[in-house]
Amino acid sequence: MIRSLLRSTASRSFVCNYSSKAVPLTAETYSSKVSRNPSFKKLDETDIKHFQTILNDGNGLITDADDLLFYNEDWMRKYRGQSQLVLKPKSTEQVSSIIKYCNEQKLAVVPQGGNTGLVGGSNPVFDEIIISLSGLNKIRAFDEVSGILKCDAGLILENADNFLAEKGYIFPLDLGAKGSCHVGGNVATNAGGLRLLRYGSLHGSVLGLEAVLPDGTIYNSMESLRKDNTGYDLKQLFIGSEGTIGIITGVSILCPSRPQAFSVALLGVSSYEAVQKVFVGARKELSEILSAFEFMDRNSQVLAGQHLKLDHPIESDQYPFYILIETSGSNKEHDDEKLETFLANSMEEGLVDDGIIAQDETQLKSLWSWRESIPESSTMNGGVYKYDVSLPLKDLYGLVEAVNVKLQEAGIVGFDDPTKPVVEAIGYGHVGDGNLHLNVCVREYSKEIEKVLEPFVYEWIQSKNGSISAEHGLGFQKKNYIGYTKNDVEIKLMKELKKHYDPNGIMNPYKYI
Amino acid sequence: MSKLRILVPVKRVIDFAIKPRINKAGTGVEKKGVKFSINPFCDIALEESLRIREANKGLVEQIHAVSIGPTKAQDVLRTALAKGADSTTLIDVGEEEIEPLSVAKMLQKIVEKEKSNLIILGKQAIDDDANQTGQMLAGLLNWPQATNASKVEIEGDQVTVTREVDGGADTLSAKLPMIITTDLRLNEPRYASLPNVMKAKKKPLEKLKASDLQIELTNRLEILKVEEPPQRDAGVKVESVDELIAKLKELKAI
Repeated sequence: MIRSLLRSTASRSFVCNYSSKAVPLTAETYSSKVSRNPSFKKLDETDIKHFQTILNDGNGLITDADDLLFYNEDWMRKYRGQSQLVLKPKSTEQVSSIIKYCNEQKLAVVPQGGNTGLVGGSNPVFDEIIISLSGLNKIRAFDEVSGILKCDAGLILENADNFLAEKGYIFPLDLGAKGSCHVGGNVATNAGGLRLLRYGSLHGSVLGLEAVLPDGTIYNSMESLRKDNTGYDLKQLFIGSEGTIGIITGVSILCPSRPQAFSVALLGVSSYEAVQKVFVGARKELSEILSAFEFMDRNSQVLAGQHLKLDHPIESDQYPFYILIETSGSNKEHDDEKLETFLANSMEEGLVDDGIIAQDETQLKSLWSWRESIPESSTMNGGVYKYDVSLPLKDLYGLVEAVNVKLQEAGIVGFDDPTKPVVEAIGYGHVGDGNLHLNVCVREYSKEIEKVLEPFVYEWIQSKNGSISAEHGLGFQKKNYIGYTKNDVEIKLMKELKKHYDPNGIMNPYKYI
Repeated sequence: MSKLRILVPVKRVIDFAIKPRINKAGTGVEKKGVKFSINPFCDIALEESLRIREANKGLVEQIHAVSIGPTKAQDVLRTALAKGADSTTLIDVGEEEIEPLSVAKMLQKIVEKEKSNLIILGKQAIDDDANQTGQMLAGLLNWPQATNASKVEIEGDQVTVTREVDGGADTLSAKLPMIITTDLRLNEPRYASLPNVMKAKKKPLEKLKASDLQIELTNRLEILKVEEPPQRDAGVKVESVDELIAKLKELKAI
C-alpha cells in the first residue's frame, strides 16, 4: 500500500502541450512549396464502403472531424493535414488489402505509428488516407535463449520494453517518447535515441521485417537469423524509409540481456571543451559499462526547470554545460566503484565543477527527466524549430552559438522578452554519437524566423561535413534539404528505388526525397 | 542550551520503485537480483536532521546514522554519509528479519553509546510496514515521542512537531531528549553531491554484531505464508448509459 502510494509520482508520460490556438494547415503554410498532386484520386463513398468491408469492424474507420484531428496534427503543433479518413487495420492481410486497393485507385496514404515524429513525416499534407498501425500491437513471439523478439509494428515501445524486462532482456532502443511511439515507427524512421552509444543502430539490431509493399505484396523476412549472407539485405531498405516504399507491419529484433544495475550521475562543467574531455575520459575509464553520455546547455536546463516546476538538482551554481552519464552493467558495486573513481579523477583534474549521483531508483529517474523533458520544455512558450544534426564532435556546439549570433543580429531573440518571437536557441544531445539537437524555442512559428534559420543552418552543417538529419529523418520538414548531405548520385539512386517500388507515388507523398 | 546529537536509524529495503515479488517457496519476498535502497521514510528522517543542522548554525554536534541489517546495509550508510551524516554504525545481523522490539533494543544501546538526545527515524519501513520501532524505542528510553511528523521546529531545548491528522493538524511540543518519526510530507530528500560522495569514503563506518551490544535476537512471530493479493478482474466496456445501468443492476451494485 505504502509502496504503491509512493510510486505514483515516479511514472512519466509523453505529454502534449496543447494550447487552444488552432494549428494552421500545412498546405496553407507551405503553399509556395507544395501543391496537391492532381493524379491522386479524391476519397469518395465507394472507397469508404470498400474499406468497411476490408476492416469488417465499426471501430476500424475514423471519419469524425474532431477524432481525425488527433491524427492530422503533429504533437509539436506545427503541421496539420486534411485527411478525411483514418484506417486502423488489425492484421497484415488487412493492411495488404487496403494498400492494394489504394494503389489501384491511386489514393495516397500516410502510414502513422505513435505520431511522435519531429519532421512532420507521419501527418498528411493534403487529404492522404492515414493508416494507423495502433491496432497491430501484439507480441508475436519471444525466444528466451537468443533474445529475439518478434512483434507487430504498432506495439508501443514502452510495452515492448516492459515485456522484455520481465524476461530479463532490454529493448535496444530508448527514447523520451517511449510511452507513445511504436516499434514499427521506430524502425521506419531508424530512431536513434538515448542508448545508441551502447547498443548501436537499428540497422544492426533489427534481424527481419514484415512489410506491405505499395502493390499489396507482403514482404516477410521475420524468420531471419543473426548471420545470413544470402542475397541483398532487403530489410535495410525499409529501416529509415519513413513509409515511402512500404508499411512495416512486423519487426524481429535482437534484444540484449538487461543490465542488473544502473547508475546515473549529473555533472556541471564550465565549457564545451570540458564536455569533450570528460567524454574522452568516460569512454576510457568506464568503457564497457558506459551506456549514455548526454550533454545539455544551461538554457535547456533553465527551460526544463520551468517546465518541470522544480529547482535544478545541482544547487551550487548554474553551469554553462551539464552532462548526464549513465552506466549499466551486471554488478552494482563494480560499476559504482568505476564511476566514482572516474568522477573523482575528473573533479581533481578540474574538468567537472560539481555533480550529483543518484542514490535510488527515484533519483535516477528524476535525473533522467532533466534530459528527457527538454523536447517538451522547448515547445512550452509556443513552438520549436528542431534541428537534429550530426557534426564532428569539435564543431558540435559551434552550431548553437552560430545560430544565436544570427538570431541576435536579426534582433528577433529575447529569453525574457515576450515581444521577441524567439526565446533562445538551445543545444543538447548525444555527445557519444556526435548528434546535436538544436532547438530554436519560439513564441510563434513565422516565416521571418524560418528565413533567418534556413538555409543558414543547413549551409553551416554542410560546411562542416555534417548531416542535416542524424536521427529524426527527413519527413516533410527536410524534404528539400537532402542535397546538403547526400550527393547527386546517391539521390538519383534513391529516386530510382522509390519509383521502382512505388510507381504511382502513393506512399507518404510530398516528403522524404 | 544543549547541543544536538542526532541519531538517524536507516533501513535497507527493496527500492520503492521496484515491484516486489513473492519467492517460489511462498515464504517471503524475492531478494535476489533486486535493487535495494534506503527506506524512503528513513531518507526523509536523514534529510530533516541535515536541515536542522543547516538552519541552526552550531546547534548540531553530530549526526550519526545506524543501520541494522545484512553486511550490504553499509550501502545505505554510505548514502547517508554522502548526503551529510558524520559517522555511522552498522549492526550486522545477517539476512534474518529482525522484529521491531529487537531493533528498538539495539537502538537503545546505540543511543547510550552515542549519547544521542534527538532521534529522528522513519515512521515505518516499506518492507514490513510495521510502524512500531519509534514507539517502542520511546517506551524503552522513557522519552517523549512525536510520531508522523510533517513539520519540525526547534527552539532551545523545546521541540515543536506538527502532525497531519484526520481533519487538520496536531501540534505537539516536548523538551529534549525526544523521538520524532517522520511522515512523507515532511521534506524532499536531497541528492548526494559528488564532493560529498568522495568525502564519505573517508568518514568512519563502525561495524558491530548484536552480541557486541549484549542483545539476544529472538523473533516472537513466525511467518506462515506470504501471498500476492488476488488479481483484479478485467472490467467490461459498455456502449450506452442504459447498458451501464443494466450491468450495474445485474451485478447488484445498484
